[in-house]
Amino acid sequence: MKSDITKVTTHINANEALIFERSQPGRVGYRLPALDVDEQPIGDIVPQKFLRDDDLEGVPEVSEVDVIRHFVRMSTWNYSIDQGMYPLGSCTMKYNSRLNEKVARIPGFAGLHPLSEAEDAQGALQVIYELQEDLTEITGLPGISLQPAAGAHGEMTGVMIIRAFIDARDGEGGSAKRRTMLIPDSAHGTNPASAHLSGFSVKTIRSTAEGLTDLDHLRELCAGGDVAGLMLTNPNTLGLFERNIQEICSIVHHAGGLVYMDGANMNALVGVARPGDMGVDVIHLNLHKTFSTPHGGGGPGCGPCCCTKELEPFLPVPRIVKDAGQFKLDFSYPQSIGRVKAFLGNYGMMLRALAYIQTHGNDGLREATEAAVLNARYIAHGLTSDYEKPFNAPPMHEVVFTDKRQARKGVHTLDIAKRLIDYGFHPMTIYFPLIVQGAMLIEPTESVGRQELDQFIDAMRAIAREAQEDPELVINAPHDTRIGRLDEAAAARKPVLRWKPKQVATTA
Amino acid sequence: MLHQVGLTSAEELFDSIPRDLRLTRDLNTTRALSEIELLAGFEQLATRNPGAQRISFLGAGAYQHYIPTIVDHIISRSEFFTAYTPYQPEISQGTLQAIFEFQTLVCQLTGMEVANASMYDGSTALAEAVLMAERVTKRSKILVCGAIHPEYLEVITTYVQHAGIELLHAPADTATGQAGALDLLDDKIAALVVQSPNFFGCIEDVAALAEKAHAAGALLIVTVTEAMSLGLLKSPGACGADIVVAEGQSFGVPLSFGGPYVGLFATREKYARQIPGRLVGEAYDKEGRRGYVLTLATREQHIRREKATSNICTNEGLIALATTVYLETMGRRGLQEAAAQCAQKAAYAAKRIGELEGFSVPYTGARFNEFVVRAPVDAKQLLARLASESNITGGLPLSRYYPDRPNEFLVCVTEVNSRGEINALVEGLASQGKM
Repeated sequence: MKSDITKVTTHINANEALIFERSQPGRVGYRLPALDVDEQPIGDIVPQKFLRDDDLEGVPEVSEVDVIRHFVRMSTWNYSIDQGMYPLGSCTMKYNSRLNEKVARIPGFAGLHPLSEAEDAQGALQVIYELQEDLTEITGLPGISLQPAAGAHGEMTGVMIIRAFIDARDGEGGSAKRRTMLIPDSAHGTNPASAHLSGFSVKTIRSTAEGLTDLDHLRELCAGGDVAGLMLTNPNTLGLFERNIQEICSIVHHAGGLVYMDGANMNALVGVARPGDMGVDVIHLNLHKTFSTPHGGGGPGCGPCCCTKELEPFLPVPRIVKDAGQFKLDFSYPQSIGRVKAFLGNYGMMLRALAYIQTHGNDGLREATEAAVLNARYIAHGLTSDYEKPFNAPPMHEVVFTDKRQARKGVHTLDIAKRLIDYGFHPMTIYFPLIVQGAMLIEPTESVGRQELDQFIDAMRAIAREAQEDPELVINAPHDTRIGRLDEAAAARKPVLRWKPKQVATTA
Repeated sequence: MLHQVGLTSAEELFDSIPRDLRLTRDLNTTRALSEIELLAGFEQLATRNPGAQRISFLGAGAYQHYIPTIVDHIISRSEFFTAYTPYQPEISQGTLQAIFEFQTLVCQLTGMEVANASMYDGSTALAEAVLMAERVTKRSKILVCGAIHPEYLEVITTYVQHAGIELLHAPADTATGQAGALDLLDDKIAALVVQSPNFFGCIEDVAALAEKAHAAGALLIVTVTEAMSLGLLKSPGACGADIVVAEGQSFGVPLSFGGPYVGLFATREKYARQIPGRLVGEAYDKEGRRGYVLTLATREQHIRREKATSNICTNEGLIALATTVYLETMGRRGLQEAAAQCAQKAAYAAKRIGELEGFSVPYTGARFNEFVVRAPVDAKQLLARLASESNITGGLPLSRYYPDRPNEFLVCVTEVNSRGEINALVEGLASQGKM
């Protein structure tokens, strides 16, 4: 019966049940205007056999204040950027301006139907067009589609563009021989998954001891003649700029392949260097990283795809173009890979990103990049005496450490991450990239000041000390949260993925 | 700080980038705008969207519904909208419990056993369903019933082009507007795909289609673009569907020119390990306290890489939260009432328009809140005149997708359209239709 006892902790906030467990028959939290047309028996409109017969059983019945309290209480269990530094490497958890939120809620945008005629939506289309112009300037790549809904969606789009280009260039027979996508061993998991969706098989490129792409291995893999392209993150997921990028591009191009750049780490480059100038053919951006649209607890994102003039004919349709002063949807690209999403993409994110670009201005964009890199450099500097840094090179916007020294005392990366929670910080990205054992990838972004960086460094150094002096303290962390570490293995063995009403005991 | 890290200038931060790759000029983007200037600029652009200011009967995959005020209030809380994907469960229980409730609500509405934490939108959710059907059945043909949203069809065509999957089409019946004969349904078909209510607003006989699909050993994928219909119509799960996907925008999400919306994805428990995307499950800590975690991650890209069930990573977390707040606020009775009002008002509108001289409502199939109207004149021009003279967006000209149907348009009526608005539409059509 233990599970039936509501555990009393410090405050009711800590005990908020599932909404389904709060439901009371007959309670409502809404009111609609009374039906103002002549009501017909519903069976005359929809045949009985098509009507729901379960009376929506299980859907909650609660009041408005029930709902408010429910979510406000639950919200207090979350950590968020607005509470403090959120140094998840590769995720770029920067401040989400309230002004951008306000822009996205202007009724003339928020209330606009996506199938409005172009002449009824000129302002909205102009926003898309202006953002396209800005992003092509920032990347140095002139072709663009804002249709993809997230980074991985942009990757899929970019890789499909490569595939379509090669199919067109080499013809069916030639193209069939090029079905290999090269991906470094440090890449995000979405890269191989996206390549697979486009019908490519993946070959993995090794990284050097310095943490950069192994050029010899790249040459070797390119010699087979089967390479369609390379997917490269730059700066890479170790936070290092691939300084041989021009040579890398030239090796791939000479082998007849194209270079795709994963733009997850563009926060290190905006206003400083442009992928288009490096020889990159196609890139995706994450508006929810670099351009500050909120992460929202796992989306929405927006993953624009930018490409060279040569690849432009293959971009998704419709394209948003300007024609004699009018903005319009252009479908006339017969070589297009097609549509990747209904309507025009995650438009609300485009509004926010354009607002970000405009409030920062060109100098502010570069300053943000400088601050992001300086902050990471400062952390790298502050932690080197306590944590093992696997690569010597100075990092760009994020820095990777390992648990090598702490592991000797039985304290591992996961423990350090959990202990950081007790110090009031969200943990860094852990165990990624996969090539670094016990990786801790730290990305402070530009949205933290020196004081908080110092606090973070102090916390990390304190944990390093604890690992030496009192390892159990770290291993059992966190100590201050509403719940402790959850048994994830048990959760995966017998998954419970939804609430169900308690079984009523039946008298057989 | 620069000195502390051993540098003398900001430029040195970028020493690892070869000098000739560094930008030596300012970006050609705008100078920094103040809040006042920025808002003025966007407000001005917004005035150039007259479509947002009209009385509207436009649906076709994106719907205008009542949104309780608290939805935006809750999703605007810092703790929700500025959090990341809940990788650290101890400090993400708010997001995780909300997703668990979302998954439960999606199951209840669709009549299915498991649902994921969301997809990008309805169209991509359908594409993922098609890919999943191929994995489950090891068959490579998909039969699509004709009256599916044309943009959804385009999206799945894009997704399957390199997956070795062949899409076949079964045209809609020209009299009823519902699924027609399924001559191509055989034992090579992985799944039959049907939208209900379909693109023309007609309710499909999902149970009958499920029976036919299952007889051929195929799965039935049901896609719903107007999720509000789930408040009134028998759930796809109760009709025998194997995978149900839906666009969740109707549940508390503004039109916002097409996004962000949220894809709902639900299936049978036996296929749980084939689901794309994130799943949240119940878990317990050492003290026996209940919590929630991301689970069954071995399906996902960060573990399985190219062998993952999908490449999806970021999904539509905050929009799924909006949907959850909406569904809980409207609740069981609110959903039923809103859905019933949609059906009643659409029936009233269809009857009035059908009585107009020269106009007809051609399809005989039962409908929820959308219907095709055949006008005596070119529909696009008719609707343009209606917009400029009566300030009403009267619907979607079908010629946008079907150039051979110039005189037809699709009308959508929801609970937000008053009787007065419907009457104004009818009167406007009557006067413009005469020209």
